[in-house]
Amino acid sequence: MNISFTLNGKAVALDVEPFLLLSDLLRERLGLTGTHVGCDTSQCGACVVHVGDESVKSCTLLAVAVDGASVTTIEGLSEPGGALHPMQQAFHQNHGLQCGFCTPGMVMSAIDFARRHPAPTEADARHWLEGNICRCTGYQNIVASVLAGTAAIHAAEQGR
Amino acid sequence: MSEVIGIGAAPRRKEDLRFLTGRGNYVADIKRPGMVAAVFVRSPHAHARIKSVDAGAALAMPGVMAIFNGEDLKAAGVGGLPCGWGITGKDGAMKEQPHPALAQGKVRYVGDAVAVVIAETVEQARDAADAVAVDYEVLTPIINLADAIKPGAPLVFDDVPGYLCCDWELGDKAATEAAFAEPAHIARINLVNNRLVGNPMEPRAAIAEYNPATGHYTLWSTSQFPHVVRLLMGIFVLGIPQQKLRVVAPDVGGGFGVKQFHYAEEAVVTWAAAKVGRPVKWVCDRAEGFVSDAHGRDHVTEAALALDEHGKFLGLRVETIANLGGYISTFGPNIPTNLYGPLLAGVYTTPAIYCEVKVVFTNTVPVDAYRGAGRPEATFVLERLVDIAATQIGLDKAEIRRRNMIAKEAYPYQTPVMVQYDSGDPKGCLERSLEIADWAGFPARKAASAKSGKLRGIGLSTYVEACGLAPSRIAGRLGARGGLYESATVRVHPTGQITVLIGTHNHGQGHETTFAQIVCEKLGVPFENIDIVYGDTDKVQFGMGTYGSRSLVVGGAALAKASDKVVAKGKKIAAHLLEASDQDITFETGVFSVAGTDRSKTFAEIALAAYVPHDYPLEVLEPGLEEQAYYDPVNFTFPGGAHIAEVEIDPETCIVKLVNYTAVDDVGTVINPMIVEGQLHGGIVQGIGQALFENCVYDSGSGQLLSGSFMDYCMPRADNLPKMTIETHSTPCAHTPMGVKGCGEVGTIGSPAAVMNAVVDALAHLGVSHVDMPATANRIWRAMQSGSLPQAAE
Repeated sequence: MNISFTLNGKAVALDVEPFLLLSDLLRERLGLTGTHVGCDTSQCGACVVHVGDESVKSCTLLAVAVDGASVTTIEGLSEPGGALHPMQQAFHQNHGLQCGFCTPGMVMSAIDFARRHPAPTEADARHWLEGNICRCTGYQNIVASVLAGTAAIHAAEQGR
Repeated sequence: MSEVIGIGAAPRRKEDLRFLTGRGNYVADIKRPGMVAAVFVRSPHAHARIKSVDAGAALAMPGVMAIFNGEDLKAAGVGGLPCGWGITGKDGAMKEQPHPALAQGKVRYVGDAVAVVIAETVEQARDAADAVAVDYEVLTPIINLADAIKPGAPLVFDDVPGYLCCDWELGDKAATEAAFAEPAHIARINLVNNRLVGNPMEPRAAIAEYNPATGHYTLWSTSQFPHVVRLLMGIFVLGIPQQKLRVVAPDVGGGFGVKQFHYAEEAVVTWAAAKVGRPVKWVCDRAEGFVSDAHGRDHVTEAALALDEHGKFLGLRVETIANLGGYISTFGPNIPTNLYGPLLAGVYTTPAIYCEVKVVFTNTVPVDAYRGAGRPEATFVLERLVDIAATQIGLDKAEIRRRNMIAKEAYPYQTPVMVQYDSGDPKGCLERSLEIADWAGFPARKAASAKSGKLRGIGLSTYVEACGLAPSRIAGRLGARGGLYESATVRVHPTGQITVLIGTHNHGQGHETTFAQIVCEKLGVPFENIDIVYGDTDKVQFGMGTYGSRSLVVGGAALAKASDKVVAKGKKIAAHLLEASDQDITFETGVFSVAGTDRSKTFAEIALAAYVPHDYPLEVLEPGLEEQAYYDPVNFTFPGGAHIAEVEIDPETCIVKLVNYTAVDDVGTVINPMIVEGQLHGGIVQGIGQALFENCVYDSGSGQLLSGSFMDYCMPRADNLPKMTIETHSTPCAHTPMGVKGCGEVGTIGSPAAVMNAVVDALAHLGVSHVDMPATANRIWRAMQSGSLPQAAE
């Protein structure tokens, strides 16, 4: 099936099998391996990308479903060598990652959290992260990163 | 000269950028030209004889290139997977059984690999794997530990009479019996240490490539120890000369022990790559990981502690049955024996200890090291017993521990179970944890919870860990078949910038940062001028990898030693350039000086002189500035500490909520406090996971894994956890160069007992004295009904 969509700001048009998952399209055909696959039951959240503004688990979406949409992956958050997105910076600053495998999904999920929560509590962040599993960090520094990143995003918006 | 970012500083991590931007390089991300896919055909039965494997129909399917089974490997002379650590029991050496890379004759657990399909695409390989017809004669499996030791239990191995791989013991039996002769009190417990699945977030994967023109093989693998994979696979399994085999472990997404074994899939894809003449890639999916990654824990234990009238421990007796699974995994037998028994002294002065472990085969996935590996199991037995004793005698749970703790002044301390602790301050950790957790204020919090209808409990656990694996001399005596030293090379470039080559492997621990800090401290070069290279046998000299909280303790020590050698050589070069004796050269913060003068050379100037030796005493000094060091520790290191958990149980739902968690840990010298804290967070939550959520469950009749996905196996989530309070209370290790002790596993060792002691405390008024892990709502409900669960009987 022919689909066309915007991927990290650039137009993409290609022919895909109707059974192809978005995560496989990104990783195997488009070489965007920052989106990870850590389970086969939609539990772990390592594959989270944005479709429009919303975070979605790309292992649970057929590639054909993004026809006409705008998709952002972890690779689209900042230019190579450029400044990090405030959420990426917050994870770096707060030691919110260890092995890095869950990190892209965590960061993408956290950005959607920030969009939906102008003044979140720690409990809000913990609840939101229910769909993202990390085995390394015990979540404490991820929660701190998400809150710091959220604050930075809103501060930047207000400064505009 | 920029600021030295050395020991004790907390720079943000060097490795973060590539992970944060999606530019990590994990095995599954790698593509090789002409690459094809491997999919394994796995046994659906826990125990069966393989009557035939018919691949005819599958071979005819689109894209299928080859299908191999165990008999093909046998015919090709492929060896079995070796065990790296043999143990010796009461009756001599363990019964070592072959562990073929693909099953031969019999399958011994659900998930045992029977055949491999190689096809152009992974979809084609999957379809063909479904079409491989294996004719099984299904046999009765042995699943439960309690059943395994019954007479007449089915044999996992036809030529091992009974179930027993090894009947192991440690300690002074007679002295322990004497301690139990007439004690004032005996505390007893029967418990289960629940089976766990390590589940690093990155599933295992392997890609192999063969170059027929040179005879070279390359294997990319999700491994914690690529050099050891090269050694074991090259020598014992495939017979590939070491110089023709390169093993690369690039970015690896978590290990926790699961990735420190030599797995069948690594060998099979490497062998198959040469057979089909194409690079072969295998990526495990999560469901497959559940039935093929080595599992952890799985003990059934009966233990007793004898005490005098003052609550002083007199003797400890422990009988454990430990599950080894269907085959001997790389370090399997060592975990419930050498890494378990010697930890049973804990931080206490118990004079007599005797421990017996029956290590048994069952028809389950092989069991091996998982974060903590033996030491959490020992701590759990001891710390649950101490709580039971305190309740029995009517002593405060902190007080009973105080009365039995090894005093700071008593170190070095020889325990009755082999190990000698070099340093520690258990009381210091205990008192500080009590203070932070407001132990004294607990009754008020309990009363407040009671007002809202909740049952509140507080639990304490102390622990000690033997880590920094391992002193080769001791390990060798205990059956290790290799040395456990580590190596490091400091390569100074002509510009003074540095590449470190080290034999440990970084898969989340932040080595690129911590190790750079060590070099920074030692050589005074800017932090950003140091790169750490690991995980590639073609780049790095032989090393043992990362496990057993060893990277900083053993690898960091090798790195410190190599850095010192660089300084020593630098002094010789400086002496020549400054026309002084090398004894008169001092080195501080990156500058070589002639003592008492203003004559000096910077580190970068010395590096340049070493590589551009125009005016150089070549007859007495070699050009170049690159030093290598090996370090083998003289003893284990013994981190320890005290953890306090506080839980609230809703009697209506029976859900346990962890509300507070405090940890005070002695990890020796702290290089990067941010990274240490992160390691503690993660370790503690893995222990909390065992206590409250995680459970690997087999159906005892069929041997099917019932908890085979993240929908059935409950991984801890962010909203299950409170904000933890972590502190370090360090006494430097007496024998490692920087005083470090290691911090990778400590969290997982202290936390299960702290949490379960809190759970039992919350239910104590109902007569509950023990609840097995994990403390699910179902178990809490049953404990509340019966006062106490039927122990070790589920």
